[in-house]
Amino acid sequence: MEGLRAYGLIAGMWVRSGMTYRASFVFTVFGNLLVTGLDFVGILLMFSQVDSLGGWTLPEIALLYALSVTSFGIADLLLGSMDVLGARMRDGSFDILLVRPVPVLAQVGADRFAVRRLGRITQGAVVLGWALVAVDVDWSAVKVLLVPVMVVSGAAIFSAVFVAGAAFQIFAQDAAEVQNAFTYGGTTLLQYPPSVFGKDLVRGVTFMLPLAFVNWVPAAYVLDRPYPIGLPGWAAFASPLVAVGCCALAGLAWRTGLRSYRSTGS
Amino acid sequence: MDDAFIELDGVEKVFDVRKKTGFLKRERHQVRAVDSISFTVARGEMVGYIGPNGAGKSTTIKMLTGILTPSGGRLRVAGIDPSRERTRLAHRIGVVFGQRTTLWWDLPLIDSYKLMHRMYRIPDARYRENLDRLTELLDLGELLDVPVRQLSLGQRMRGDIAAALLHDPEVLYLDEPTIGLDVVSKTKVRDFLRQLNTERSTTVLLTTHDLQDIEQLCSRVMVIDHGRLVYDGPLTGLHEAGESERTLVVDLERELPPIEAPPPARVVRVEGPRQWLAFPASASAAELVARIAARYPLVDLSVREPDIEAVIARMYEERAGRALS
Amino acid sequence: MGSARLYLAVAVGGFRRYASYRAATAAGVFTNTVFGLILVYTYLALWEERPGLGGYDQAQAVTYVWLGQCLYATLAIQGGGAEKDLMERIRTGEIAVDLYRPVDLQLWWLAGDVGRAAFQMLGRGVVPFVFGSLFFTMALPTEITPWLAFAVTLLLAAVVSFAIRYLAALSVFWLMDGTGVSQVLMITGVFFSGMVLPLNAFPDGLGDAVQVLPWAAQIQVPADVLMGERDPLGAFAFQAAWAVALLAAGRLLQSVATRRVVVQGG
Repeated sequence: MEGLRAYGLIAGMWVRSGMTYRASFVFTVFGNLLVTGLDFVGILLMFSQVDSLGGWTLPEIALLYALSVTSFGIADLLLGSMDVLGARMRDGSFDILLVRPVPVLAQVGADRFAVRRLGRITQGAVVLGWALVAVDVDWSAVKVLLVPVMVVSGAAIFSAVFVAGAAFQIFAQDAAEVQNAFTYGGTTLLQYPPSVFGKDLVRGVTFMLPLAFVNWVPAAYVLDRPYPIGLPGWAAFASPLVAVGCCALAGLAWRTGLRSYRSTGS
Repeated sequence: MDDAFIELDGVEKVFDVRKKTGFLKRERHQVRAVDSISFTVARGEMVGYIGPNGAGKSTTIKMLTGILTPSGGRLRVAGIDPSRERTRLAHRIGVVFGQRTTLWWDLPLIDSYKLMHRMYRIPDARYRENLDRLTELLDLGELLDVPVRQLSLGQRMRGDIAAALLHDPEVLYLDEPTIGLDVVSKTKVRDFLRQLNTERSTTVLLTTHDLQDIEQLCSRVMVIDHGRLVYDGPLTGLHEAGESERTLVVDLERELPPIEAPPPARVVRVEGPRQWLAFPASASAAELVARIAARYPLVDLSVREPDIEAVIARMYEERAGRALS
Repeated sequence: MGSARLYLAVAVGGFRRYASYRAATAAGVFTNTVFGLILVYTYLALWEERPGLGGYDQAQAVTYVWLGQCLYATLAIQGGGAEKDLMERIRTGEIAVDLYRPVDLQLWWLAGDVGRAAFQMLGRGVVPFVFGSLFFTMALPTEITPWLAFAVTLLLAAVVSFAIRYLAALSVFWLMDGTGVSQVLMITGVFFSGMVLPLNAFPDGLGDAVQVLPWAAQIQVPADVLMGERDPLGAFAFQAAWAVALLAAGRLLQSVATRRVVVQGG
C-alpha cells in the first residue's frame, strides 16, 4: 500500500515537528484525554439523577458511548486533519500535495498528525472495557465477535464521513464547520440510545446517512433491545457492508472533488 | 519523440465564476483563464513563461503538473496526461513554488530531504550522490542541520530547489524562483539553473517578473496574456516587438507644468512636484538628466529599468498602433 | 467622550471582522442547530425520567438547550475569541507595540471582543434559537421586562467571559505558548458553563459549588433570568461581582506582565 507507507512517513515528520514544543506536547495529550471525556462525564452526571435514559441503563449507554467514541477516535486519528484542508486550499499549500508521487488522501490524512489524538481512543477503550464487563448480556460467540466488527466498521464509516467532508470542502472552502455537524455531531448522537430520538431522525441516520450502523443497530442486537424502527434480523450484521458502501461513495466524491479543484486565484 | 517533451494542443481552462450582484443574487459567468494554447518544448530547453498577473501563467503550470484538469485540448508531458496520471508524472517532474516552501518548517533541512528520499523511493546511492552535488552547488553544507524556520528567504529558496531535484526530474517548473531574493542569492540561483540545464540537460520552464532572469537564462520566451499565447520566440525578438523603455523619476522643487523633454523622451505622469519620463532603454540617461537639470530646479531623481510588464505593455501599444495605421 | 468613541470604533471593528466570514457563519449556524437537536432529545429523555429536575420543566430544559447553542459562539464558551489573537500577539512579541499605544490595553481588547460577541449573537446565535422555538415547546416570557433583564445579563455575561479568557491569555507571557492554556479554557468553559448539563441539574454538592463559580454567569444565570427562575437584581449583582473581580485580577496580572516585557525588551 503506497498510501499507507506515505501516511507513515508524513505522520512521522509531524510527530517530530510536534516534539520541538515539548511542554505543550505533554499538556495537549493530557488535555485531549479530558476534553474528549467530558461527554462521558455528562452521561455520569445524568445517571446521578436517574437510573435509566430512554429505557437504557448506564452500562448499556456506556457501551454505546464507548463504541461510538472508539471508532470515531480511530477515524479521527487517521483523518482528523480534514478541517485544515480548507485553510490549505485558501493559502495555496494544497498544490504542493498534488505534485508529490503519493496519494493526496494519504497526505491530507497525515497532515498535522498529532499523538494527542490517541487521547480519544484511549478514553473510549477504557470505557469500552468497563461497559463490556458491567453490561448484563448473555454473551454468545456471535455477540463477542460483533464487538470488534462494530469498532472496525464504525471507524470505516466515520472515515468515510471525514473524506466526504473533505471533498465538500473543495467546493466550499470556508464551510469546514459543516463537517463538524456530521463528525462530532455524529459521534455525540450515537452516544445516546436511539429510543431517545424522534423516529424521523432515527430513520435519517439509518437509511440516509447510515451512522446507525456504527453502533445503534448492531448494539441493539447484542443488548437484546428493540430498534425503534423495524429492520430485518440480518441488519445487525450489515455494518461491514454499509462501511464498504460508504467508503466507496466517499472515495468517489473525493475523486470528483479533486478533478474539479480550482486552486487559488493567480 | 524527444522533439516534443512538453506538448500542448489547444489547451483550455474555463472557470465558472459566481459574482455577487445583490444581497442574495449571484450571477454565473465563465472565465477563460487559458484560451486555446498550443506549444511544444523540446527536451533540454530552458523557457521563460511570462505575462502580467492573472494572464494564465500559473494556470498553465498547474495543468502541466496535474494540479488542475484542463477543460479542453490535449496536454502531454513526457507522454503522460498529467491530470490522469498525476502521481506517475510526479516522479519525473520537479516543482518549485517561489512563495510557498515545501520544506518542513520546524525540522532541520536534512529531514525534509530524507523524506523526499523515501517518498520518491530514490535509490540510496543516487540519493547520496545527488544530495552531495546539490549541497555543494547550492552552498547548503552548513544549513543542513538548521531548522527551516531559521533560514533566510534566499537560503530557503535554495533549499527548496534542492528538494525538487533530488529525484532527478527530467523537467523543472519554477514559479517566480527569484522573487524577494537579494542580488547575491539571485545570482547563485541563476548560476545553478544554467549549470543544471547545460550539464544535465534538464528541461526548465520558469515564470518570472524579473526580466534579468529571462535575459540571463532563457533562449526562448513565451508571453501569455488574457489566456492566449501572444509571443513565442527569442528574447531579442521580444525587445523588437516592443522596444523597452526606462523611466526617469524626477522630483522638482515645486509643482511645474510637464517638463519639455527632447523627444523621444516624454512625460508620462505628473504628481505634484514629481514627474515620470519615459525614454528608450538604448538612449543615455546621463544626457537626458543633464538637459533637464540645465532648465529645471531638480531636487532628486532616479532611473527605473524596464520590467517585463512594461515590455509587454509596449508590445501591445505597438500592435495597436500598427493595426490603426 | 473621545475615548468612548475610540472603544466604540474598536467594537465596531470586531463586529465587522467576524461579519466578513459569511460561509463560516452559515456553517456555524448549521452545526449549532444539529447539536441543539441532539441535546434537546437527550434532555427531553432525562426530564421525562425526572420531571422537575433542577426546578426546570421540559419546556424550560428545551429553552436552556437552544439558549446554550445561541450563546456558545457568542460567549466563546470553548474559546476562540479575543484571547486567541492576544495569545498570538504575546507569543510573537507584537504585544510590545500595543503597550505603546495611548489606550487602555484591557479595555481595547474588551471592546473588540464585545463587538465579536455582538456579531456572533446576531449572525450565528439567533437562527438556531428561532429554529428551536419553532419546532419545540419553549418557556419564553411574553412580557417585555424579563427580556430586558435578560439583555442586561447577556452584556454582563460577555464581560465575565472576556475577563476569564483575558486572564488565561496573559499567562502566555510566562508560558510562551498558548496551546495548553487554550485547552484548559475549553474544558473548564464547556463543563462549568453548563454546556454538558445545566448546572442546576448537577448532583447536590457539586451543583452548589459550580453555581458560585464565574462560569455560572455565562449561560445558567441568563437562562434563569429569562425564564423567571432567578431574581434579576441578585443575578446582576452576582455577574457584576465576578466581572469586577476578574477584570481587576486581569489588570494586576497585566501590570506584572508588562513590567516583564519592558525589562525583557530593554
